Amino acid sequence: MNESSRRMQRVLREITTGSALVPVFAILLAMIVGAVMIAATNVDVQETSGYFFSRPGDCLLAIWQAVSGAYTSLFQGAIYNFDAGNFTDGIRPLTDTLTNATPLIAGGLGVALAFRVGLFNIGGQGQMLIAASVAGWIGFSFNLPPVVHLLVALLGGLAGGAVWGGLVGILKARTGAHEVIVTIMLNYVAFYLVSWMLRTPGLLQAPGSSNPQSPPEAANAILPKIFGPGYSTHFGLVFALLATAVVWWILVRSGLGFQFRAVGFNPRAARVAGINVSRMYVYALLISASLLGLAGVSQVLGTVNTGFTSTIDAGLGFDAITVALLGRSTPIGTLLAALLFGAFRAGGYSMQAVNQVPIEIVLVVQSLIVLFIAAPPLVRSIFRLPDPRRIRDQGLRLRRTKKAGVSA
Amino acid sequence: MSVVTSRASDPVVTIGGETANPVSRKVPIVFTAVTVIAVLAAISARSGDTAFRFTRSSADPTQLPEMHLPVCPTLWVIAVLLAVGTLFAWRRLLVRRKVPMWLVAVYGTLAVIGFLVWAGVGHAIPLVGLLGGALSLAVPLVYGALAGVIGERVGVVNIAIEAQLLSGAFTAAIVSSVTKQPLLALPAAMVTGMLVGMVLAAFSLKYLVDQVIVGVVLNVLVIGLTSFLYSQVLVPHADQLNTPVRLDALPIPLLSDIPVIGPVFFRQTIVVYLMYVAVAVVAAGLFRTRWGLRLRAVGEHPKAADTVGIKVISTRLWNVALAGAIAGLGGTFFTIGSGIAFNKQMTAGMGYIALAAVIFGKWHPIKATLAALLFGFASNLQNTLSVIGSPVPSEFMLMLPYVVTILAVAGLVGKSRAPAASGKPYVKG
Repeated sequence: MNESSRRMQRVLREITTGSALVPVFAILLAMIVGAVMIAATNVDVQETSGYFFSRPGDCLLAIWQAVSGAYTSLFQGAIYNFDAGNFTDGIRPLTDTLTNATPLIAGGLGVALAFRVGLFNIGGQGQMLIAASVAGWIGFSFNLPPVVHLLVALLGGLAGGAVWGGLVGILKARTGAHEVIVTIMLNYVAFYLVSWMLRTPGLLQAPGSSNPQSPPEAANAILPKIFGPGYSTHFGLVFALLATAVVWWILVRSGLGFQFRAVGFNPRAARVAGINVSRMYVYALLISASLLGLAGVSQVLGTVNTGFTSTIDAGLGFDAITVALLGRSTPIGTLLAALLFGAFRAGGYSMQAVNQVPIEIVLVVQSLIVLFIAAPPLVRSIFRLPDPRRIRDQGLRLRRTKKAGVSA
Repeated sequence: MSVVTSRASDPVVTIGGETANPVSRKVPIVFTAVTVIAVLAAISARSGDTAFRFTRSSADPTQLPEMHLPVCPTLWVIAVLLAVGTLFAWRRLLVRRKVPMWLVAVYGTLAVIGFLVWAGVGHAIPLVGLLGGALSLAVPLVYGALAGVIGERVGVVNIAIEAQLLSGAFTAAIVSSVTKQPLLALPAAMVTGMLVGMVLAAFSLKYLVDQVIVGVVLNVLVIGLTSFLYSQVLVPHADQLNTPVRLDALPIPLLSDIPVIGPVFFRQTIVVYLMYVAVAVVAAGLFRTRWGLRLRAVGEHPKAADTVGIKVISTRLWNVALAGAIAGLGGTFFTIGSGIAFNKQMTAGMGYIALAAVIFGKWHPIKATLAALLFGFASNLQNTLSVIGSPVPSEFMLMLPYVVTILAVAGLVGKSRAPAASGKPYVKG
């Protein structure tokens, strides 16, 4: 066996056994479960299954039509619409995916950064709401020059989110209050606070309206569309990508990130090493919450800029957690996971509209993906993939027995 | 061995008893703030009466007259009492003793009565409805908190309480609608809650996935599954599948005739009575039986437990499953317990509040139950006040339970310690 073929073999083994295939199979597995659910609840499938044993073809055809129709719409709503005829319309779903991914990138980074410090930030909803309210308020109540207005609103939003999250950090550092409880509670506090402000004239409510909704944003405060007015993707995406780079730099290159990771690995050891653990908690939550704030700002100044309600967060604070989990709390992984989930969100809407498959199927598929990816042994046993550790051990044993044979 | 037992009982001992730790200044500070607010309220109070109604309807066997309290004098009396309590708390601090728990309870009750008097000027506050509603609202929280306590005590963080409640509510609605037998729905809900618990156990114990991750993901999964099935199956077949038969209230003879206490505690559904039993059994079982000792040993120091022959993994698996069944039973409250059809995400984050009650209650079943009752009371206070019309915007009343929790977790409870091995996987060897 020559050197190059041995190297080829090693690469092949790493692809089939290493972690490279597990995410692919996890997504495949989750899609299969989703297909089963779509088929099982489809009316045609239920009807034809009544006479399955006399004419099984009908039932199988109905299953095929239900599943392939749903997944075709998912693809056409998320990546490229082949029915559109020309490229400019066909590519629109992909830009919708990017729009949906924007807050997920920012929010996912926020949750991921907190995870790396050993903190669980469930408070995305509250931080997004406060950030969106501050940014939205600056956006509709002032008249500032073009670029300045946007930046002021953006920074105001980030600060609002940071204050809401920093509160958690200070409470944890000062009193030892558990961040999971405090963030959950602050979600509700933020929701009711924003709801109250939205129905109180003079605060956030649109003048002359009785609905709990804010006035539309001023033109100067709106995040401009990247690909022109025909496409929904806005400049929030650029900020989210910038945030990815910044978080990567903080975690991987900066001294602060080193301390963050040290605290995340083992807070006691970090304290012994002279790191101020409480301060790291505060800093981490400030940064984490301002990233979730960015998600809120991109919602209020980008996606929904015609006046917001108290549901502006659209459940993204919780989706951000699954994004961070899928991305294994690394900046690049989070970015990719957010793009995938953005595609699911965009495609889910078209699946609901075209095939009447409720969009909640997306939640099921997403959560199954995270579950399967988190448990590689399960995926390996389902698809009969070999365990990399066992192969290594077998190789060692083989070599040992060979050696023993030679010496004997 | 002595290390294990002392650690296992640690969180229980320090709560009420005296410790060598420096005495916290938080309680007196909070007391002072409350007193100042009470005095301000007394100064600015509107003149008039606040009535307290002790009977629910004229059909009640014992009729108690309404109690009318003149607002200004009552508030002043309460403010003075609160001030005395505050002084006492500061005095205890000076002699470096802890403020006793009963004082905090009495203080809190006085403050609440004061608030009711202040907010309900010119109206009658239905005390029975207020307390009874509070108990009902607390039912899923108590079950969820018990599930959380068992899970964490055995070493598995149960964030999936929300999923267990929701799956219980879903199953109960379907079984009750199909069979027209709400009692059959109770075991069915327990089974689905248990299944969610088993999935949590399988992923966290067999595949060693982070328990918090599995819990959060399971919540999303169950929300997705139930919402999907709701839109796809329950809505088109609402007559057959989603018109649950309600559990009837079963008044307990004699006990239910006691004024105020009777209608509040003993004129409830079987789910509430089972809750009393569950709280008592879990509390006694955890600290008085071999099951509880083993459970806590596994949660505090699995290696030591393993060494003395306790099977760590199977103990965790079965107790997490049990916790799931308890939470699933609590989920029945949402549908058959209150006679409402199943709806998407109808548990609305109650599982997370139950989790807060677990930590608020320092991983103790009785204290967690009290925390859950406090949440129920605060939520129902808002309902009652919005009916009689209160000077405070309803959003702020709705916020109250959450703000109280934050204050309590940060101030009155302070640093709480989870069971030592909670959230950590155990690998034998």
